[in-house]
Parts: sequence; C-alpha cells; structure tokens
Amino acid sequence: MPQSAPRSLRDWLDDGESAPGRHIWARHASIALDDLAHGSSLGGRALELHGRSVLVATSHQLTAALALIELDGVARRLVLLPPDARFEHLPAVVADAGIDAIVSDAGASDHGDLAVPLHVTCSPVIEPMTVGRLAPHQTEWVLFTSGTTGAPKMVTHSLSGLTAAIKRSQNRKDPVVWGTFYDIRRYGGLQIFLRAVLDGGSLVLSEAKEPTASHLVRLGKRGVTHISGTPSHWRRALMSSAGDAISPQYVRLSGEIADQAILDNLRAFYPQARIGHAYASTEAGVGFDVNDGLEGFPASMIGQSGDVQMKVVDGSLQIRSNRTATQYIGGAVAALADHEGFVDTGDMLELRGDRYHFVGRKGGIINVGGLKVHPEEVEAIINRHPDVRMSLVRARKNPFTGSIVVAEIVLKEQPESGGAGAQVGALRREILERCRAALPQHKVPVMISFVPALTVGEAGKLARPHA
Amino acid sequence: MTTKLTITSQIQKIADEQSITLAPLVDDMVLLDSGLDSLCFAILVARLEDLLGVDPFTASDDVSFPVTLRDFVVAYENAAKCPSLTA
Repeated sequence: MPQSAPRSLRDWLDDGESAPGRHIWARHASIALDDLAHGSSLGGRALELHGRSVLVATSHQLTAALALIELDGVARRLVLLPPDARFEHLPAVVADAGIDAIVSDAGASDHGDLAVPLHVTCSPVIEPMTVGRLAPHQTEWVLFTSGTTGAPKMVTHSLSGLTAAIKRSQNRKDPVVWGTFYDIRRYGGLQIFLRAVLDGGSLVLSEAKEPTASHLVRLGKRGVTHISGTPSHWRRALMSSAGDAISPQYVRLSGEIADQAILDNLRAFYPQARIGHAYASTEAGVGFDVNDGLEGFPASMIGQSGDVQMKVVDGSLQIRSNRTATQYIGGAVAALADHEGFVDTGDMLELRGDRYHFVGRKGGIINVGGLKVHPEEVEAIINRHPDVRMSLVRARKNPFTGSIVVAEIVLKEQPESGGAGAQVGALRREILERCRAALPQHKVPVMISFVPALTVGEAGKLARPHA
Repeated sequence: MTTKLTITSQIQKIADEQSITLAPLVDDMVLLDSGLDSLCFAILVARLEDLLGVDPFTASDDVSFPVTLRDFVVAYENAAKCPSLTA
C-alpha cells in the first residue's frame, strides 16, 4: 500500500511540500506545473467533464499529461488512447467504454464523426483562471493492452493501484528529473509520469520519430536524474553518439527481458547509476524491481507473502496484488484474474540455480523490441501461398531487439534436386513479398528456412517452443 | 570477401529491401544516423550470424554496443580471431 492513498493527481500537485520550478518538458513545448494549480489547459471547461467517461485522444503527450492532471478526480472515467490506436477501432472503444466526451488537441485527428456529444480541446498553454471544484470522483483509469491482434483490449485501473508501487523519496530537497523513452499513454510510460507527479519531480517527455541522440541531448540539458526504457531503447541509447549526454543516478529497464549483456553494458557506461530492471505489465501492474545487477530474479521471491504475491503455474508467472488491473472492458473477454485474484502474465519462467529467468511468452508470442507478434497471424499469411503445406513461426534471440521473427516452412512438394536453389530462392521472395504486403515490418520473418517436416503434438497442434 | 565487405553489402541489401536511403557507408558513420532502425540492425546481426558463424553481441558479455560502422566491423573482426566465440 502507498503511504497514503492519493485523492487525485491535482491534490498531489497542490501538496505544499513540493519543490517549486517543476516542469514537464516536451520537445517543442513545456509547462510549469505550478501554473496548473491556478489555471487550466482545457479553457476552464473541466467542470463540463465532471462525472463523464472521457476519451483522452491527443496527438501530443504533453496535452495528454495536462488533461490527466486536470481531469483525475473530475471525470468518472479516463480512457487513455495510445499513440498507435487505429481509427477504425474508435467506434468500438466509444461504445464499450461508454465514452460521452472527448479531449483532443490541435494536432489530433478529427473525431467529429464519432457519436460523442462533448468535444473539448486541450492546449499546451495554461490560462490563468480560478478553477471551480465539484464533489470529487474516484476516477477509473482505462488503459489499452499492447500488441494483441484485432481490436485492442482495454483494462481498468484505479489511481491507488497505479501508484501503489511508487515510494516517495525521503529527501525532497534534490528534486528528481524523470525521463523515459516510453510514451506516457501506455502503462510503462504512465508509471514514470505518475512517479514524477507524485514524488515532486519534473519529467522530460519522449517524442515519436525523434532521433535517439537528439532525445538524449535534450534529456541531458534538463539534467535527467532517473530514466526508464526497454532493453531495446537502452541498446539504442548505447549505440547513439550521445549516450554520454546524460549522467543519471538511476537507470531502469522494463517491458522486455533484460539480459546480462545489457545490464553489464549499462553498468560500465553509467558507473555512477543504480541499474534496476522491473517486471510490470498493463494487466498485472508493477510486479517487482530487481536491483542486484543480475538478469532474472531470486527464486525466493516466489511464494512470499506481502504486497505482491507470485506463483509459477505450468511455467507461467502469476501475480496477485493491489496493483493489478481490476477488469477488462468491452467485447467478449475473459476474466482478468482467477478466483483467487491471480493474474496470469503469460510470461514463461525457467528455474536456473537459485534464480528464475524469463524465457518468453506463453503460446509462443514473440516480443520484437517491445512489439508483440502472434506467430499464428504470420503463419496464416505464409500458408496462403499455394506451394506451402504448413509453417511454424518462432522467435530467434537477437541482441538488438530481444527477438526477431523467423519461419520454418514445409512445402507441398519437395523442390527437385536439379535447380532447387533457384526454385527455393524464388519461393522465398514470393512468400516474403506476401508478408510485407500484409504485415507491419516487425512481423515479417527475417529468415525463412524450408524444412522437410514440423513436429505436431498429440493434440494435433504444432509443437511450439517458448518464444 | 572481407568481413567489412560482407557487412556493408548486407547493410546495402537490407536498405534496399526496406526501401531505405542509406547515408554513405564510411568508417565514422554513426550507425543510428545511417537510416537503419533497430529492426534493421536485428536483421543484419541475424544474417551475419548465418554468414560468418558468429554474433559478437550475444556471444560475449564484454562487447560494447557499437556506435560507428568501424566499431561494428571491429566487433566481428575480433570475434573471428577468437575461435571460442564462433559457432
């Protein structure tokens, strides 16, 4: 449990202990958090959103951050649209989440076609004004899960659950400047946004498409002290020419398996920093931090009592805590937790000595630099080729993205021995062209090999290795 | 073919496949400025492992992440000199 459950984000900002001079810096704009205590980024229209189910659909993270601060405790529900949300999914989101208001910004797509009665614009300029208050709501937060097939899934969280893992620092005199490579509209980035707001700090936002070196220079200029990203983000940082632009006290990795090589490289590059890797997911919340510099986590953490309880069932990590999401919303979706309150993360573990190591995802889901790939969706494209009998898509370990996608294909007829090379080469090109036409780049197999047979298990299903 | 030539020709091939315009492949080129993204490097390292029999970035915990094209080539040249790393 947190030291005291937050009432609303704004109450935390108004907290008298908080240091002055706090900012949220985006690439081309910034705001002073003090201004928000006596002003509005919504043109003073927050009260119109009181008690509503609000879709936050901004084009910029800064305006999303402002809307979240201004509307937590005001709206009944805040639905945070991720940056890569597809327009065709929005009508279902509006229906499933009972959306009756949209907050967007100047750069956002036009949502006029959606059947939503109230549209409010959020601006990165805070207008000074007296903001009235109505009876506070315990706002329900709704986040999208990452990278599944088809329509995105939404899960609900409470602010107390989202912030339960955040420990307020003892020394508030040296304000923390948080930075993250994540987008704050997804769970990993939102955690960093909340840490900055709750712990009296400032925040440097990322921006899509910004070169890594430019982002690092910007982080350095703002004096970032605490910074978080996936192992893939950190590999990019170390490969950029500007890794030394920052000198953080704390480096955090999450969202993918942190291997020993990236932990060791970061320790060598940032000798002054504490290096920690964390386990968290949108559904299971923040599970735990590992701060001993080693990959995996001590097996003794399984089965312990406390705020976060963990067990391993059929190799998969299950978590029960007050930080997990409360439920899925919309569509015909399964229960999020079992009858004992455990959420199955689908992350597969292997015990080696006295530590558990993450070995991949249940069902073979492949994680390419933080983006999930279902093998079946790639196999479906490959199998449509008239010469293909069956295929198996699986992960291959990779130092730059954690995993890449590779495919093994059984042809209906084995290529003839003479001229097989040319025939196979042409087939490979044809199959790859089909994949490129139908799939985003990270899902296209990097390697295709033709094999005489694939193992099929007793239930008639392809034998899949853990991704 | 030299290690460097194998690497640069694979970089060119991946850039063509992904319709990426490459910066000139000079030794001092910062890899992240080349036009290739993380996924391209992932593909590159996987293909080079099949061609050269080694992935120096996975085979050893001591290898730093490469910044320039020269660093990248040197990582492969050093790995080739160390027989225990090659498959």
